[in-house]
Amino acid sequence: MTQQGVRWTVEQVLTLAPDAASREAGSRLGAAGPWSGVGSSDGGTVWGLCEGSGSEPYRTVVTVADGTGPAFRCDCSSRKLPCKHALGLLLLWAGGAGAVPEAEAPAWTRPWPVERRAGAGRERKGPAAGPHGAAGTGDPEAARRRAEQRAGRITAGVTDLEQRLTDLLRGGLAGAEQPGYALWEETAARMVDAQAPGLALRVRELGAIPSSGPGWPVRLLEECALLHLLGRGWLHRERLPDALAATVRSRVGLPTSADGSPVRDRWLVVARYDTADARLTTRRTWLYGAEEERAVLLLSYGAGGRPLEPALPVGLALDAEVSAYPDTGRRRGALGRRFGPPAPARTRPRGVTAARAAADYGETLREDPWLESVPVALERVVPVPDGDAWQLADADSDTALPLTPATGNRPGLWRLVALSGGAPVTVFGECGHRGFTPLTAWPTGPGPAVPLC
Amino acid sequence: MTRVDALPPGGSAAAAPAVWEALVTSALLGTDRRTPPGSGHGPGAPEALLDAAAAETVRRRAGLRPARAARRPDPAPGDPRPALPAAAAHRLTMLLADRPGPAAGGRRGGAPDLMELLPQWLATANARGFAAPPEALPALLDAARGRTDLRPAVLAFAGPRAVWLARLNPDWRFALRAMPGVGPVPPGSDAEERVRRLWDEGLFAERVALLAALRTRNAGGARELLASTWAAERAEDRLMFLDSLRTGLDAADEPFLEEALADRSRNVRATAAELLSALPGSALAGRMAARAVTCVSLDRALVPPAIAVEAPHECDAGMERDGVVSSPPAGRGERSWWFGQLVEAAPLRTWSARLGGRGPEEIVALPVSDGWGGELHAAWCRAAVRQGDGAWARALLGAPTAPEAGGPGAVSLAERAKLLGTLDAEERAAWVAGFIATHGLSEAFQLLGMCGVPWAVPLGRAVVDALDIARDAGSYPWSFSGVMGLAERCLDPAEAGRLDALLATPDEPENASPGAGSYWAEAFQRLVTTLRLRAAMAGELEGGREE
Repeated sequence: MTQQGVRWTVEQVLTLAPDAASREAGSRLGAAGPWSGVGSSDGGTVWGLCEGSGSEPYRTVVTVADGTGPAFRCDCSSRKLPCKHALGLLLLWAGGAGAVPEAEAPAWTRPWPVERRAGAGRERKGPAAGPHGAAGTGDPEAARRRAEQRAGRITAGVTDLEQRLTDLLRGGLAGAEQPGYALWEETAARMVDAQAPGLALRVRELGAIPSSGPGWPVRLLEECALLHLLGRGWLHRERLPDALAATVRSRVGLPTSADGSPVRDRWLVVARYDTADARLTTRRTWLYGAEEERAVLLLSYGAGGRPLEPALPVGLALDAEVSAYPDTGRRRGALGRRFGPPAPARTRPRGVTAARAAADYGETLREDPWLESVPVALERVVPVPDGDAWQLADADSDTALPLTPATGNRPGLWRLVALSGGAPVTVFGECGHRGFTPLTAWPTGPGPAVPLC
Repeated sequence: MTRVDALPPGGSAAAAPAVWEALVTSALLGTDRRTPPGSGHGPGAPEALLDAAAAETVRRRAGLRPARAARRPDPAPGDPRPALPAAAAHRLTMLLADRPGPAAGGRRGGAPDLMELLPQWLATANARGFAAPPEALPALLDAARGRTDLRPAVLAFAGPRAVWLARLNPDWRFALRAMPGVGPVPPGSDAEERVRRLWDEGLFAERVALLAALRTRNAGGARELLASTWAAERAEDRLMFLDSLRTGLDAADEPFLEEALADRSRNVRATAAELLSALPGSALAGRMAARAVTCVSLDRALVPPAIAVEAPHECDAGMERDGVVSSPPAGRGERSWWFGQLVEAAPLRTWSARLGGRGPEEIVALPVSDGWGGELHAAWCRAAVRQGDGAWARALLGAPTAPEAGGPGAVSLAERAKLLGTLDAEERAAWVAGFIATHGLSEAFQLLGMCGVPWAVPLGRAVVDALDIARDAGSYPWSFSGVMGLAERCLDPAEAGRLDALLATPDEPENASPGAGSYWAEAFQRLVTTLRLRAAMAGELEGGREE
């Protein structure tokens, strides 16, 4: 819900870019140069003509002022959404300084946004599985019957999976290292047939472990054991406490909905990052409630170049309602009503010590043994080199959390080290059994949030 | 290794690692071959193993404790400079994010080239004395790593924290070597002692940087520091150290340089001689003047009088000691080679007395007999550059509007560019403006490079007018891409308003290169956009001062 007349920031626009190349190309077009006939209406439509390589300029239209996220249209043949022209136009608009004057939208802009918005509306019923996606429509009896059928399929799939794990352990994990070992892909496909996408994902990830370097048998055994635990959990879900049963259902891959009662707070956007595989881009946004003093995770998905939801810029705060999903310690949430546009905020998450963060993770495993990490802010920590790796050391004691090995390859690590300069900083990140993944940092003194991912 | 390197979970679970090891071994080999701990052999063994491993995995994860902290690095030294204004900090991020790459088909389009604006941004930020935002340091150092020309400005802007950071990342080692302006030794009560220690114990590159930095602050002190270890330095090091005396060269350096004329290394001797000849009052300059005047005389018998040249017949030991190189490069006669070196090293004021009290203009206008004119004028050009003599440079350059694109003495564009360097900024800009107005842009690139940024108004207008003329003539715009790029970076942003008229795509004149019109419009478009951007950049950096 971007309000009419509220200009976006440049950061907000750049986060729409589907990839780094688009971001660069868009930035180049974000100057008055190639544009003519630009304007924006108070109905939230921005338009312009962009000189391109063709003889006719491209007509580009973006609608920003509706609740479903921006809609784009452009004459160019790019298959990226948004294309660089749309990004450039938005950058021009966001840059202010009168580059895009207020005007009446010309006729050629009109038929498009409407059509596009309708399309966007349909797409939203896709992978994100909105609040009512699972229930479907029609009479409750039919819905119940469908749910039972699906549970039956999953049970058959889990039984099959258990059998395969047992066979694997009987023969030994060493066999999984053999080239051409096709068990995982085939088993994952079986889990997809069984309508258990959560299991399918875990199985597919198992396939990568034997080639992940020294120590792989330990990791493979851990993950096989946790998969087995999840399977057992599913088969005995009736005997589990409600919360744990909900966690199992969600981990297996049954859709859940954010049916917790909405909590209104000033939600600070503390971190955001995208991960992508061949099929799907996943955007994770961590919000931190200033009064609630806890973090919730927003997840959104984009398949095959489809735009993700417009990103919330790190460092801004939202006066909004968030509803929790029933599983995993109410950690995942969905953004509900907003009571104003995002605004800059000085709030920072309240931090803890390294020891407390490690203990938090351990305690949370009681509710969700499959949990990889918990969100946590560390206060007064110093990044310290430790051989080839890095750790975040408490400034006031001799304890430290190692950073995850992957952190060492990212430019974010160096931003963190530079920001600290050997002095304590506050760092928000994910703390888990692989170590700590820093996502955002704040200097000890005044200063804005520095994204590390 | 994906596991947290944790402290042991405590005494009661001391047996746990052994259990886990046994589970892993059994899993790796298979329960058929190795019975897992705590279960019997048989069909239930794999499941028992998985049960035990699941419990153990969760237990191990839940029991993780933080590791012991490694040795902390010493904190980075403080940076007293004020922080950047927020808008400027944001701009810096944008400039650094723009990686130059082959844009669509190698064509630049109408958008500005942000990376090219970084040097200017850095110069302005440095002039205003702002501190770099710490989180921008990695991107700054990465940019400087790839472009050595950016390094001095980046390192000055990045400040002491960049050096601290560079010690932790081998990719940025270059920051430890060069420390222009700031100097590797921060001022303090024991500065002198630390300078001494770095000079005695430092790496060669650190010592060169130290000497250069010290020379700008305290020329005499730098010379004395060098003299204190001079005899013990290696020949190639002596050459580099001597070269750093170019900065702040004055008469007090003469005794040291005189001594260096007797150095074992020929290159060191030559450099010492060159430095001495740049001091018109030095004994060496006097000796060279005495030699040079015997070669040049005024033949008053001719009408008008002409300069007669009698080049030296030999290069004696005294000349060699004073830095004259005796063997000429291939293809040059010995005598003209020696002659050129003598005239180049003689103080220019010698010639007025020798040639009948004439001033530089009159002397340069005199005819020269027997085809020695080129040799003599070229040597005077080198002398004017070396001695920084504006009056002679002006005379040798001649009027910018002179036909054949050349003054009486300046033979090559490179020489002209060097002569311009001795004039003050305003005069230089006016001369180049005059040159462009007469001769167009095709030869102006090198001369423009000598002019201060932003270009003075007359110069900027001359360039824009010349571009406009080139477009009307139907030339290909890419013949002017070098000048266009310079104009984007150097034209005064205040001129942007005057350029609007050039943005329209004109009707193509007859015999114009096909399609040139739209390319020109695009090029001008980029010029205007870049100028606006530069104005915005300057404004953002200015804004911080008022706060």
